[in-house]
Amino acid sequence: MLSISIEALIKIGLLVGGLMTAAAYFVLLERWIAAWVQDRKGPNRVGIPFTKIKLFGLGQPLADGLKFIFKEEHTPRHVDKILFTLAPISILAAALAIYAVIPFGSVLPASASELVGMKHQIELVVAPGIDIGMIYVFALSSIAVYGVILGGWASNSKYSLIGGLRSSAQLIAYELPMGLAIIGVVLMTGSLRLEDVIGVQAGSGVWNAFAQPLGFVVFVVASFAEAARLPFDLPEAEQELVGGYHTEYAGMRLIMYLIAEFLHMITASFLIVILFLGGWHFWGLTGSTNNVSWFEAIARIVVLNVKIFGVIVFFMMIRWSWPRFRFDQLMSLAWKVMLPLGLVNLVAVACFIEYEGALLAKIGPWGVTGLMWGLSLLAWIAAGIFAPLHSDNRARKDDFVVSAEERNRGLRTSP
Amino acid sequence: MQATDPNVRWLEEPKLGLAGKMYIPALIQGLAVTTRHLFSPKMTVSFPEERPVIGNPLIYRGVHRLNKDEQGRVKCVACFLCATACPAHCIDIIGAPSPWPDRDKYCESFTIDELRCIFCGMCEEACPVDAIELTSLFDLTGRSREEMIFDKEKLLSVYDQTKDAEPMKSASLGGAP
Repeated sequence: MLSISIEALIKIGLLVGGLMTAAAYFVLLERWIAAWVQDRKGPNRVGIPFTKIKLFGLGQPLADGLKFIFKEEHTPRHVDKILFTLAPISILAAALAIYAVIPFGSVLPASASELVGMKHQIELVVAPGIDIGMIYVFALSSIAVYGVILGGWASNSKYSLIGGLRSSAQLIAYELPMGLAIIGVVLMTGSLRLEDVIGVQAGSGVWNAFAQPLGFVVFVVASFAEAARLPFDLPEAEQELVGGYHTEYAGMRLIMYLIAEFLHMITASFLIVILFLGGWHFWGLTGSTNNVSWFEAIARIVVLNVKIFGVIVFFMMIRWSWPRFRFDQLMSLAWKVMLPLGLVNLVAVACFIEYEGALLAKIGPWGVTGLMWGLSLLAWIAAGIFAPLHSDNRARKDDFVVSAEERNRGLRTSP
Repeated sequence: MQATDPNVRWLEEPKLGLAGKMYIPALIQGLAVTTRHLFSPKMTVSFPEERPVIGNPLIYRGVHRLNKDEQGRVKCVACFLCATACPAHCIDIIGAPSPWPDRDKYCESFTIDELRCIFCGMCEEACPVDAIELTSLFDLTGRSREEMIFDKEKLLSVYDQTKDAEPMKSASLGGAP
């Protein structure tokens, strides 16, 4: 029992330490990418303190952290003091607690267990074998809404409140397509354990992104929205809302929010990689069973982290490639486009699993894949035509021509 | 004017085609632009190590200088045109009878409050004898407010400091030195 607790504590230490460092350095990466995309050089001055060594600005996160710690912990007089403090704590706690079930590697070889005198194989996840892993993840990621709306409400400020309201509507709306995309994965896997999801993908060698492209797209879009990243960063749209729900925050409470936001992005990347991009699996490099050599164990960790890094860079590039959605566009994208597409994907996957044997016998594995991709493409085109992915809001003449009948019935008035 | 007014001419952008409605081409286009800029040469000038290139010193408006003539005397004739033209009222001149035979007056004291100056270049435009000029020095700093009130000696020393790099503008523009 003791050895298991120590094992868990070591993993927690590794994970929390790693995540905090990663969050700090992703802030630097974010600033670098922002600068490079805008033809600037970005932060490159801060290196080792009290020396002239610059190290490409790698000391920046330390300086940022110090700045936040030494800032005045100001509590405005008009706020609800308890909730004001509780909100950032709850959002950060929830964001960290998610990582209890997220594997950050695969397993260590049997020789590692023998080395420390343990009977079972060491799995690189804090709480191995949680059978409701995925439900746990999505339950906790929904708690983020509470942190945001509590912060917005407790701040007693209009900007914060609007940010919080927007955020709650957005996060609830995108939870549905996200859930639908996940059900597709769960159907394919037959398990809610994240380790099993990777295991099945590694076993067959077919990543879920290839098997169900539509589900992948829906999930990626929904996780962008859940992480409140551009083009879905309406909760804190700087140009409209100053800082959104953390307008009134400063110092350590603010940095808790900021870390939680980065953790959401890292969580989203983990989930995209684990659910759809094969987790630690890479063909011909990592093997596919739990009976691993040291090389495979390390290769799995490296592959997983490289994939996650790639997805995060994609997140950051999208930020500068796309403008923000307007709120009605955001909502219609969720309800009119992503939800139906998610349903189509779910039904297609369910049918595929039901008739798997017959289909495989008739058209072979490539035929099945082609069928899935063709169906996805068709659904995407249909969504493009009938439930516009875009919403063209440029002023047109016929918008202003109000028929007499409409005016009489009070349906439309001239804008 | 109402939007429904018959005089309003509507220029409508073309409606989105299928590719535009499908979003993916636009996404790839956007990503291609950002990716290209990610690797393109950067515009940043790392200031203390690198100096920015001043495009044309003749029209650059940096710190002031008081020009000297060939005999090393200050060119200013204390006509007060620059002080009159200055919209920020930052020029303070005290005139005195000239010790030299070729002019009536000269400036006994010439003070510019660089903190009040808005670097509009009106003084340079107004000067009839090309005595006051704006150089391309942009990083002349001081540690106190008093230090940034430049007197005649300081302004003449700015001339000595910059005369080799930047000859008098009237001369470089083809006028009398």
